[in-house]
Amino acid sequence: MTADDVILQVKGLTAGYGAAPVLQEVDLTVRAGTIAAVLGANGAGKTTLLRTLSGLVRPSGGEIVYGGQPLRDVPVEQLVRRGMAHVPEGRGVVAELTVDENLRLGGLWRRDREDAAKALTEVYELFEPLAQRRRSAGHQLSGGERQMLALGRALVARPKLLLLDEPSLGLAPRVIAQIMALLRQLRDSTGLTVLLVEQNVRSALSVADEAVVMSLGRIVTATSADRLRDDEELRHAYLGF
Amino acid sequence: MDRFVFLTFDGLSKGAVLAAFALALVLIWRAARIVNFAQGAMAVAAAYAGYSVTSATGSYWLGFAAALVGGLLIGVVVERAVMRFVDHSSPLSEVIVALGLVLVVQAVLGMVYGNEFLPAGTPFSRNALSVGDVPLLSRYDLFVFGAVLLVLLGLALLFTRTSVGLRMRASAFAPEVSRLLGVNVGGMLTLGWALASAVGALAALLVIPTELGLHPHAMDLVFVSAFTAAVVGGLDSPPGAVVGGLTVGLILSYVSGYLGSDVTPMAVLVLLLAVLLVRPGGLFSSTVARQA
Repeated sequence: MTADDVILQVKGLTAGYGAAPVLQEVDLTVRAGTIAAVLGANGAGKTTLLRTLSGLVRPSGGEIVYGGQPLRDVPVEQLVRRGMAHVPEGRGVVAELTVDENLRLGGLWRRDREDAAKALTEVYELFEPLAQRRRSAGHQLSGGERQMLALGRALVARPKLLLLDEPSLGLAPRVIAQIMALLRQLRDSTGLTVLLVEQNVRSALSVADEAVVMSLGRIVTATSADRLRDDEELRHAYLGF
Repeated sequence: MDRFVFLTFDGLSKGAVLAAFALALVLIWRAARIVNFAQGAMAVAAAYAGYSVTSATGSYWLGFAAALVGGLLIGVVVERAVMRFVDHSSPLSEVIVALGLVLVVQAVLGMVYGNEFLPAGTPFSRNALSVGDVPLLSRYDLFVFGAVLLVLLGLALLFTRTSVGLRMRASAFAPEVSRLLGVNVGGMLTLGWALASAVGALAALLVIPTELGLHPHAMDLVFVSAFTAAVVGGLDSPPGAVVGGLTVGLILSYVSGYLGSDVTPMAVLVLLLAVLLVRPGGLFSSTVARQA
């Protein structure tokens, strides 16, 4: 693996809320153009890892290098300009805004208005149900539609790295399968890198290239998704099934 | 009947000003989840700035513009220098800081300008124009309606038709998500305070000449009525602030006209109590959206 292949490198990352650290000495490497699944039980620190990467939680130690540049002291608002998009847990749709306003919000920072408009059109083509509900408020959408909206809004920014937190939460299996297929399609067609936090291990492993398992704020194993999926002993040891 | 018609128009005129002031409260509530108890004091400070300019230049309109600019600046300073540093984990600390600000602003104004009522002029006559034998609205009332309408339209356009308005709404509803989408939430918050403070200053400029005059406490009772209007309409809802303002204005006018002006403060408090008991979120609250 060369330095050019790596889009995100985390070394000795420690972070948390208040005095108690949630993440402890986390090391993580994500290759560009791959889907990396972050797995683990509730409270393992998966969401905190994403929130620290996107700057919402300040690390107390360690280093985050994204696209070859350290991220220390980069404001949250700037990260999207550098190509990092974070779709938070619970989808983060602004319930009071319409579908169209939510999507436009994703590209407001962009100076290239023409390309932002093009990206918006592409998102509507990708998610047809959203095109039919442009004027509906976020709170009027189904769970699946909200997930599409959150994903679509992130894509309007044309990210290089997508941090995706629990996209399957509360969704029907058919919708989950559609979302996973979409992630694979985006990776293959645009070279998008995805760091996918999931409790639904089977779904995550069905689409991921790499997998890391977290427990009590630490990464306990990092391997290929194929290996974790196929090696029953390994799966049993780290994921309990 | 003539009296009822007169009181209705008078109430709508008062209500328009209350609507503007309630809107200022709603803007800050939506942006920062703070009931800005200092709004009245801030508005009076801006009105004093306008008074100084008018006194120095002899021009009402220069003073008017100075008060609005002063309102914007006071909003920026209060947000950047005070409210940004308040512990937001407890609503009580914000309330206490706002009340402390009221005391400081009123004391400073008293020291600088004195505690006597100062005359506040109007750009148009306050003599009511009559239709038939019924006195309805004065030219000044029409100016009040026009000014408030212009502000309402301007804010509606800002929030619904511009990218800054979209950023402001997103920052108010979902600050964390907005930051992730590249929105400068702190900047939007400052802008919200500045706009709200300028709208409050406008309301002060419009209402003070119809009361006893300019005084550090000139907006105290207006604040109570406008707060009631904002609660009636729902603190989350700009259209609610307008409807609430007009409703409270009409009630004040009818109660004052038929029962006497001594009863009006009580009428406002009874209305506030009734709304808080029956529909605490206000008539136009967006509870459904918030829970989604």
